[in-house]
Amino acid sequence: MIAMQPVTLLLLGAFAAFSLFFLGRRRALSLGTSQKGLKSLPAYYGAYAALWLFVPVVIALLVWWSLSGRLIELSMLQRIPDSVVASTAGNPGLALDEIRNIANGAIRVDDDVLVALARDYQALQVESRRKLSVAALALALAGAAFGLARIRPGFAARQRVERFIRAVLFLASSVAVLTTLGIVATMLLETIRFFGQVPATEFLFGLEWSPQTAIRDDQVAAAGSFGVVPLLLGTLLVAVIAMAIAVPVGLMTAIYLTQYAGRGLRAVVKPLLEVLAGIPTVVYGFFAALTVAPMVRQLGEGLGLNVASESALAAGLVVGIMVIPQISSLSDDALTAVPRPLRDGALALGATRSETIRKVLLPAAMPGIVGGILLALSRAIGETMVVVMAAGLVANLTANPFEAVTTMTVQIVSLLTGDQELASARTLAAFALGLFLFVVTLALNVLAQRVVRQQRIHER
Amino acid sequence: MATTRQDIRNTVAASLRRRHARERRFRLFGLAAVLVGILFLLLLFMTVLSQGVGAFRQTELMLPMDVTAAQVDPLGDGSRVSLSAGDYDAVVRDAVQRLLPGTELRADRAALVGLVSVEAGFRLRDRVIATPELVGQRVELWVPASDAVDLYVQGRVDRDTPDAARELVDRQFDWVDTLAADGRVARVFNAALIKNGDSRNPELAGIRAAFRGSLYMLAVMLVLALPVGVAAAVYLEEFAPRNRWTDLIEVNINNLAAVPSIVYGLLGLVVFIDWLSLPRSAPLVGGLVLALLSLPVIIISARAAIKAVPGTLRDAALSLGASRVQTVFGHVLPQALPGIITGAIIGIARALGETAPLLMIGMVAFIADIPRSPLDPSTALPVQVYQWAESPDQAFVARAAAAIIVLLAFLLAMNLLAVMLRRKFEGRTV
Repeated sequence: MIAMQPVTLLLLGAFAAFSLFFLGRRRALSLGTSQKGLKSLPAYYGAYAALWLFVPVVIALLVWWSLSGRLIELSMLQRIPDSVVASTAGNPGLALDEIRNIANGAIRVDDDVLVALARDYQALQVESRRKLSVAALALALAGAAFGLARIRPGFAARQRVERFIRAVLFLASSVAVLTTLGIVATMLLETIRFFGQVPATEFLFGLEWSPQTAIRDDQVAAAGSFGVVPLLLGTLLVAVIAMAIAVPVGLMTAIYLTQYAGRGLRAVVKPLLEVLAGIPTVVYGFFAALTVAPMVRQLGEGLGLNVASESALAAGLVVGIMVIPQISSLSDDALTAVPRPLRDGALALGATRSETIRKVLLPAAMPGIVGGILLALSRAIGETMVVVMAAGLVANLTANPFEAVTTMTVQIVSLLTGDQELASARTLAAFALGLFLFVVTLALNVLAQRVVRQQRIHER
Repeated sequence: MATTRQDIRNTVAASLRRRHARERRFRLFGLAAVLVGILFLLLLFMTVLSQGVGAFRQTELMLPMDVTAAQVDPLGDGSRVSLSAGDYDAVVRDAVQRLLPGTELRADRAALVGLVSVEAGFRLRDRVIATPELVGQRVELWVPASDAVDLYVQGRVDRDTPDAARELVDRQFDWVDTLAADGRVARVFNAALIKNGDSRNPELAGIRAAFRGSLYMLAVMLVLALPVGVAAAVYLEEFAPRNRWTDLIEVNINNLAAVPSIVYGLLGLVVFIDWLSLPRSAPLVGGLVLALLSLPVIIISARAAIKAVPGTLRDAALSLGASRVQTVFGHVLPQALPGIITGAIIGIARALGETAPLLMIGMVAFIADIPRSPLDPSTALPVQVYQWAESPDQAFVARAAAAIIVLLAFLLAMNLLAVMLRRKFEGRTV
């Protein structure tokens, strides 16, 4: 029996299902008489049979895919002799990685033991693929036989097929819930592991962040300290600077475009703002590092200030520019949604347009505007590339915008780029930060939605 | 003290003046805000263009190469094997030396080599292997200059540049000037940028590998995010009962759209790489992560498109005896498809510009080989931009800007495609 590649298997299954569709349809046609006819269109019978073939194959593949790697790993770990484990600093995971690399041909070694193990590894893989092929074939045959056997006049094939389609649609819509669950579960698991190595209180209230722990267990290195406070302050500093730019500019833009600008200007500016919103963040990072940071530095020097080349001000400024479109478009919506009679009433009483805007429109549109600002704030906090490229790496406990600060996202990137073991405190710290970030942005988002809903309620 | 009519008039006039001045100021602020936004946009584009346009062209030098058998044909039989083993770098070096009088000292050799790209020897070799008759002759061949020379020819570095910021010394500038006076320096289209993968040498570095990686991710997203997103949208709009689970799904979709992209990267690192043991740095994993990231956007826009299909259409189909599934797939979905596709393309284009999640799953490695499958290690265009932009070498920074231009052009093309699709189907009403 050949051990087929999973992809081949899938394609083969799809082809077989496709053929079975026509077979089933013909069978249904041959059964159907005009009087006591079929209950469904012939194609549904074909589809029914094809599903019975294809779905089991897919399920077999998915089960194999999620389990086989783990199983092979476990049985390999039992086989690796202690001598090999000892040569990789007592870490069987590293030994396994090495064996895997040898098996893939990525590295070449002369060690006979390792080569033999790599051969074992390959044999196990082939064996597992063989088992998969056999299982998939058996399932496909059984499914096809069952599906074909059920093609009879009076059998309601359409209802079954449609029920299946609905189930698939339902599963697709559940992916969103699964994603959230996945995010929460993975972050929580890794964070709990992290708190096993570093106390939660130290993480939450520690004033120092210097995650230089040993990458391998036998390395001598500083213990490293994981206090999140400086990162939090840095993130907040950047976000506050960003908001200081984005809120006035975004809000005034929305006001000008909705209240003053003619149709022509609006037709030009709105697409430009959309362009601003569609530019990838890495481009903003490039802009920040190459243009804005030197500009801020020069400006600071001109004023006699000592500005770091990776100042919080430059990063915050660019993050602010980035979220301008978000604030302006949501404020735009909120302002347009204010009932027109409210505005006309104020104008009729003799208020100037700016008075109308400030005293009538803005209060009425406030929930929508605040919602937009909260969303923009959440985006500024979670923004990564701009700060990675333009903010510093060293945690600084400062509120001075001219100094270099670092943010949570920068630290996540710097902790996770490069090859590290997933179990070290260094790597796990990134997940603790990720969870923190997720919770903060989620809270801001929920709050924003609640605030926005308030305006809708008022309008009714 | 009686208030006269005139006093009242004066007070009102003064207050009116104040109020109108305030009105003008307010309006001016508004205009200024609009201008600030546009100004930043212009500044951004100017930065990218001024940095990047130069990188689309590359300086080449025309060198008279004496292809002597002693240097290029070590075995002496003119065979392919022998010619492949020749010392072409020496031929190139001699050619440069011949053109520049007064550089016979051994100490000058390193400085001379600094003018020409390492690619020069390879280009000569390929040429000689293709036409072995060249051995023993003199060939005038255009070869790429080093990136340092390229910067000088572009005028981005000159004799006033502080030493720390340049690779060449004044004498090398003189040499380039001499060559230029002979008409031996030209800037041509930088084919390496399009043809090659990443390289340690800026003049050889290209975006091909990164572009291919992005294309693979695009394919993965089209295969996964598009059908799943549309299916989810169809379910929520057409079939979902009003219950707790449906509410939960809706809340989740709205919240996922606001989760920072880097969190998706963390998710991908744990689930796809650690649990499912998929290969690190693979576009498949990148595509999976970006698919999850773009899913909420696709679902939201697809729902809007489905909602826009008039209810009368559904009623008509149902009243003719079609089942709900038949109604949706036979009538509603075809009507909504242009809108769905438009929204999906825009969502996918946005995801293709993402960098942070890809850094988490190791797509940030140095990749010189063009990936051949979605499982090969690869990087992506935005990541390539990031990597080059972080380099202290000015030539790499210029290439980062050039890669940005390509990236923006690619995203713009996708968005234009979406707009065109919408235009094309807009006129077709039910």
